[in-house]
Amino acid sequence: MTGGFVQVSMKLEMKDSPGQLVAALKPISEVGGNIIAVIHQREPDLDGDMLNVQIVLELPEGRLENLVVLLQEQGVHIQRIGEERLLYKRTVIMIGHLMHTDLSDTVDQIDTTGFAEVSELAMSMPAVNARSSSRITIKAASKNDMEAAIAILRRVSEQKSLLLIEPLEEIA
Amino acid sequence: MKVALIGLGSVGRGVAGMIAKKDLGITITGIADSRSGLIDAGGVDIPDLLARKKESGFCGDRAISSADVVKKADYDALIEVTPTDALSGEPATGYIRSALSRKKHVVTSNKGPISLSLKELRMAARENGVALRYEATVAGAIPIMHTLEDGLAGNEILALYGVLNGTCNFILTRMAAEGLTYEQALMEAREMGYAEADPTYDVQGIDAAIKLVILANTIWGNGVKLDDVDRTGIDLLTADALRLAEDEGCTIRLIAEAIPRKKILRVSPRIIGKNHPLVVDGTLNALTLETDMAREITLIGRGAGSVETASAIIGDLLYIRDRYVQRA
Repeated sequence: MTGGFVQVSMKLEMKDSPGQLVAALKPISEVGGNIIAVIHQREPDLDGDMLNVQIVLELPEGRLENLVVLLQEQGVHIQRIGEERLLYKRTVIMIGHLMHTDLSDTVDQIDTTGFAEVSELAMSMPAVNARSSSRITIKAASKNDMEAAIAILRRVSEQKSLLLIEPLEEIA
Repeated sequence: MKVALIGLGSVGRGVAGMIAKKDLGITITGIADSRSGLIDAGGVDIPDLLARKKESGFCGDRAISSADVVKKADYDALIEVTPTDALSGEPATGYIRSALSRKKHVVTSNKGPISLSLKELRMAARENGVALRYEATVAGAIPIMHTLEDGLAGNEILALYGVLNGTCNFILTRMAAEGLTYEQALMEAREMGYAEADPTYDVQGIDAAIKLVILANTIWGNGVKLDDVDRTGIDLLTADALRLAEDEGCTIRLIAEAIPRKKILRVSPRIIGKNHPLVVDGTLNALTLETDMAREITLIGRGAGSVETASAIIGDLLYIRDRYVQRA
C-alpha cells in the first residue's frame, strides 16, 4: 500500500439486529478507511442473536487504535485483528511444460501484484519431456483482485502455451 | 397428422419405429434416405419399410430423391433428421426452407441449419404461419426447449451452464474414476460406440459450442455464431490433472457457459465440486438455467440415442399437432 495506508483484517462479533452491521461499519469511514471485503459467518455454536463478520479494510496509518475504540462504542466485540488479509481463495489447474516455461516466473507474476499470492502449489511431473500438471491455489483480498489475478494467469498461460483450467464459479 | 420423414439413420429409424409402435395419430406419407425415396398418400407401412431398409439399404425408389419427397408429398409436418453438416448446413437447410415455403411445419434434429440459419428459418416459418421446432438438436431427450418456452415462460434467463457432449463427459468420467489417460479413455469410448473414428468434433468442444450457439440464439436472439464461442477442448487433459482436482473434492468437466451480462460465451474444461448438480456420469447431459423468478433449474438426461432422440422429435410433433393440426 502506498500513501501511508495499512491493510487489516478483523473478526467482529455483534448483535444480529437490523441496522447493526451498517452502524458497526460506520466508524471505518469516520477514520478515513475503506472496506475491501465483508464476509458474513454464521457459526453454529454461536447464539442465534449474534452475528460474526470478517472484514478486510485499509486505513491510514496510526488510526487503528482510534477505530478499535469507536467500534467498541458501537457495541461491537473485536475477536481478532490480524494481518491475514487475503480471504478469497480460488484453485486452478495448469497443464503443460511448466518447468520449461519457468514456473517460478508464473508464480511471481501473481505474487508481485501485491493484491494476490500463490498460497499452495501441488505438482506432478511424469517424465522429463511429458507435460506436467499442477494445482495452484491463489489468495486475494477481494473478488475484483481475484479476477485480476486470474486474468494474469490467463495471459501467462496463453503466452507459455499452457492449458489453464479454471473453477466453475458459484452460480450468482 | 401426416408427416414426411427425411433421413433414415439411427434417429430416423427410431422416430419411424416409435410412430409405428405408439398410437399417436401420426401417418408417414413420404420418406427418404440418402439414396431413395417413397411417397404414399395412404400411409407408409412402417414395419415393412424398416425391414426393406435393413435388407437392401434402400427405403424406396432410387428415382425419388429427398428433395422430391419434401416438395411433392402431401404432409402437415416435415421431420428432417439427416446428418449434420456444421459448416454448410446443407442439404438440410434447403429441405427445411422448401417445406416452410410450402407452409409445412418442420421438426428437425439437425444442428447445422439451426446453428447457422435460425433467424432466417424462424422468419420463414412465421411468414408462412407454421412452426419450426428443434428440441432434438440440444441435449437429446432433455426437454430444454419446452422448458424454456412453456415451463419457464415469463422468466428472464440470466445464465446457462451445460454438459452438452456425452462423448467428453464419458471420457472425463472414466479418467476420473479409473485414473485412465485421455488416450485410454478415448479408446474405450470408441469401443463403446460413443466416439467417432475422428473425435475432433466432440473432444475439441465444437459440438458443445454449436449447441451453446443454438441455445443462446433461442433464448436471447443475440445472433451469436460458432466463432464467437471461446472454446477449449479436453484433448490435452492429463490423468494427473484429474487427480489433482480429486484431491480437493472436485473433478473436471467440459462446461458450456453463457452469461450475456458478463459477455461470456465459452466451452472449456472446468474444475467443479463433485457434488455439483452438473457433475453427471457417463454419456449423460445436464443443463442448469439461472433465471430471475425460478432461480436455478437443472435438467439431467440422456443426450443421445435413437429412441431418446425420437422422444424429443415426437414431443415436437405432438406440440404441433395440438396447436396447429386437427387430429387425423
